[in-house]
Amino acid sequence: MSWLPWLVLAGLLTFATRLSFIALLGRVEAPPLLRRALRLVPPAVLSAIVVPELLLRGGRIDPTLGNHRLLAGLVAVGVALWTRNVLATIAAGMVALWLLQAVFT
Amino acid sequence: MSLTSPRSESSRAADSTGATRRREFLFGCRDELPILLGCLPFGMIYGLLARSAGLPAGVSQAMSSVIFAGSAQFIAAQLIRDGATAAVVVLTVLVVNLRHALYSASVAPSLRRLSWAWKAVLAYLLTDEAYAVVISRYGRDDARGETPLHRHWYFLGAGITLWASWQVSTAIGIFVGMRVPERWSLDFTLPLTFIALVFPAVKDRAAAAAAIGAGVVAVGLAGFPFKLGLLAAAAVGIVAGLALEKEKRT
Repeated sequence: MSWLPWLVLAGLLTFATRLSFIALLGRVEAPPLLRRALRLVPPAVLSAIVVPELLLRGGRIDPTLGNHRLLAGLVAVGVALWTRNVLATIAAGMVALWLLQAVFT
Repeated sequence: MSLTSPRSESSRAADSTGATRRREFLFGCRDELPILLGCLPFGMIYGLLARSAGLPAGVSQAMSSVIFAGSAQFIAAQLIRDGATAAVVVLTVLVVNLRHALYSASVAPSLRRLSWAWKAVLAYLLTDEAYAVVISRYGRDDARGETPLHRHWYFLGAGITLWASWQVSTAIGIFVGMRVPERWSLDFTLPLTFIALVFPAVKDRAAAAAAIGAGVVAVGLAGFPFKLGLLAAAAVGIVAGLALEKEKRT
């Protein structure tokens, strides 16, 4: 299956979102509940992706030291909170994963 | 000023309009430059990941112009890698990009008088990064009590600069990604990117509740097919965050 038509559809929906209030001539304000909910979308969606990615191995919860991605992810969380820098976080997480893989395999 | 005929005066007025437009456009380009530092590596990582998610080079590149939204593209690549169904990918991109409706509402009053073509082009270019630059310019104008006539050219300059560098950095990432062996685990840069975005952004209890709620539910529903658990988890997280906000207020 080609993903292209689906990505084009997703793109059109994104464009429609961006055009929405501009097209309404700036007369309509976003309702407050929508505003508050939208603010919470990034933490909710990103966390729903990240947590299973780190915690699950082969479909099972693996909170042990053998779970290299979990350990490297925790290092990245520390660096993210400390530096607030995206590139530093990625670099620290990747180096941690490579070290763990090199030492324990 | 020396004497001028009406004709040359009007042509000079046209000249100065052209010059103002050009200047606004170039100011927009210039003000977008510092943000590119953070964007270019992102585009490269995206290109790399889209390839490692199994998307063909052409589709990976096309996504950067048809969706043109960093975090949504990352998430789409991840979902495709994990075998999500098309409906889940489309819905997730829509939900993740819903915040752009807020940007749209925020710039709408200043674009009111433009033609439909202008509105469509500027809406297409309305990314996080362009919005950040444009809205701070509008803020400076407001502080001075001015509304420059041609400042949509500034918006265009900022937006096109970001667009062009996003396409180029995606292409570089795709090119590099085709040459990196799998044992480097470069796919792990995806969750790392999300970690970098989510943790510093959690600044209050509502956002924390949204993140924790969504994370816990996502692990519980991980067995659901086509990544449907992701949408349910995000919904639970958002409701949890809203509930906590309401409780605090009453």
